[in-house]
Amino acid sequence: MAEVLVVVDHVDGAVRKPTLELLTLARRIGDPVAVVLGAGAADTVGVLAEHGAVRVLTSSEQRFAEYLVVPKVDALQAAVAVVEPVAVLVVSSAEGKEVAARLAVRIGSGIITDAVDLEAGESGPVATQSAFAASFSVKSRVSRGVPVITVKPNSAPVEPVVAAGAVEELVVEFGAVAGAKVLSRTPRAASGRPELTEAAIVVSGGRGVNGAENFAVIEALADSLGAAVGASRAAVDAGWYPHTNQVGQTGKSVSPQLYIASGISGAIQHRAGMQTSKTIVAVNKDAEAPIFELVDYGVVGDLFTVVPQLTEEINARKG
Amino acid sequence: MSLRIVVCVKYVPDASGERGFADDLTVDREDADGLLSELDEYAVEQALRIADAADGAEVTVVTVGPGDAKDALRKALSMGAERAVHVEDDSLHGSDVMGTSLVLAKAVERTGFDLVICGMASTDGTMGVLPAVLAERLGVAQVTLLSQVAVAGGTVTGRRDGDAASEELEAPLPAVVSVTDQSGEARYPSFKGIMAAKKKPVEALDLDDLGIGADEVGLAGAWTVVDAAVARPARTAGTIVKDEGEGGRRLAEFLVGQKFI
Repeated sequence: MAEVLVVVDHVDGAVRKPTLELLTLARRIGDPVAVVLGAGAADTVGVLAEHGAVRVLTSSEQRFAEYLVVPKVDALQAAVAVVEPVAVLVVSSAEGKEVAARLAVRIGSGIITDAVDLEAGESGPVATQSAFAASFSVKSRVSRGVPVITVKPNSAPVEPVVAAGAVEELVVEFGAVAGAKVLSRTPRAASGRPELTEAAIVVSGGRGVNGAENFAVIEALADSLGAAVGASRAAVDAGWYPHTNQVGQTGKSVSPQLYIASGISGAIQHRAGMQTSKTIVAVNKDAEAPIFELVDYGVVGDLFTVVPQLTEEINARKG
Repeated sequence: MSLRIVVCVKYVPDASGERGFADDLTVDREDADGLLSELDEYAVEQALRIADAADGAEVTVVTVGPGDAKDALRKALSMGAERAVHVEDDSLHGSDVMGTSLVLAKAVERTGFDLVICGMASTDGTMGVLPAVLAERLGVAQVTLLSQVAVAGGTVTGRRDGDAASEELEAPLPAVVSVTDQSGEARYPSFKGIMAAKKKPVEALDLDDLGIGADEVGLAGAWTVVDAAVARPARTAGTIVKDEGEGGRRLAEFLVGQKFI
């Protein structure tokens, strides 16, 4: 059967969930071959084999961490030459998309980004994307070269299937252009909450939260649900919450099972980042807020009374 | 020596209006008002700041697009860019990121560059990969998604705030940079700037000028095909309640019903 290259997103050997979703999608179009780059590559083999990787190509060269993007492109080019895949699947993270983009040019292939679904088609894999703030659903395919497709987190279920997971060392020849050198890397302090783009539930706050200290109300609700915390651009621009938590066109695009927007009016830029959420709930004082056009359930009211009451109720029910 | 900065900008349909697809499944530009992509304003701003800090610099703004795309160039010129290049050709209609990046690469090479600056993504296609593709085509480093950027002594440095870490990056020029909306508010054009922009040179180029064949771009030359674009059905109206003291508890009941609790 044809092989599909799956680029593994991991942190020091801990495979992140979106990669396991890619392995599910990959099996719809062929046999998944995982390629793992960087420190801890060898530690990923077990979990990749449990999720259907027939082969695992590894390389743990220092250079992947020392330079931005380009060394990984060199490695994937080598992997494509070894595997001759029918498609290359990459997680739609900021770095994933850039690696995929440079690879596509390098190997003369078309690229599709931010797919939310993938299926086998008569002339290669067909990707579904959302366009214009999720007001359109678009089906496209790559017509030249080996399709390079980046897939958004939460686009497929994780379905474990045991496969051989035969490990092979990938031999990489690094090119003349090294890319940007990473002078320093400051890891982000762990919040203990799920990663925003991967979370099943996201609780977001906006202008109505009215202050950095008040985000504690949003965080308490998030923690009661085991959710990630998001923020609108207004809240981020005001300095109330970090930019890495921003949901919207210039921040993260999220597609959780449940999205709870508190004190967010629902500007088009915010909607662009959350409109594909399965269930949408909003709490806002303003009954005219555009967010209410999207909701499955909305409460017109003061978030400082509604949200704590909701949190209390959830904690009581869990108790 | 003067620092040659080229800013790549895009003319996009206004996101606050109705956006859609034409019959050939390209973006409908007939029925939509256009403007300079907001995220590209940050690129123009950083270009102007880097130029101000340099000992001699020139900022050229480049766009690929139909006649109306001149509006995006005028905006950038009114902010303070010195000259503009407009690549316009009927064969460009329907170009994907590979076609557009080919044209930009040739235009940038023709203009001459030490530093290319782009926005983090367009506000219509929102792929966010053009800077990386352009860097690959130009055979230079990419220093992308920067919230801070500076140029000194033939080196570009910047900070990239990623999910897992914040990174300080460095690359020798020439390089391709992209900046985020965290890089600094874009300036408003002054009245003087708007008047001055009318006199600034806008060079018009077509595919022949750049030595690109019509079959390398446009719908025919695209490396991807859109088979269908379907408007999503509007969400069915949800339940909206007014809080009269029980709003939180009723919301909890809804979430229980949906099996989230």
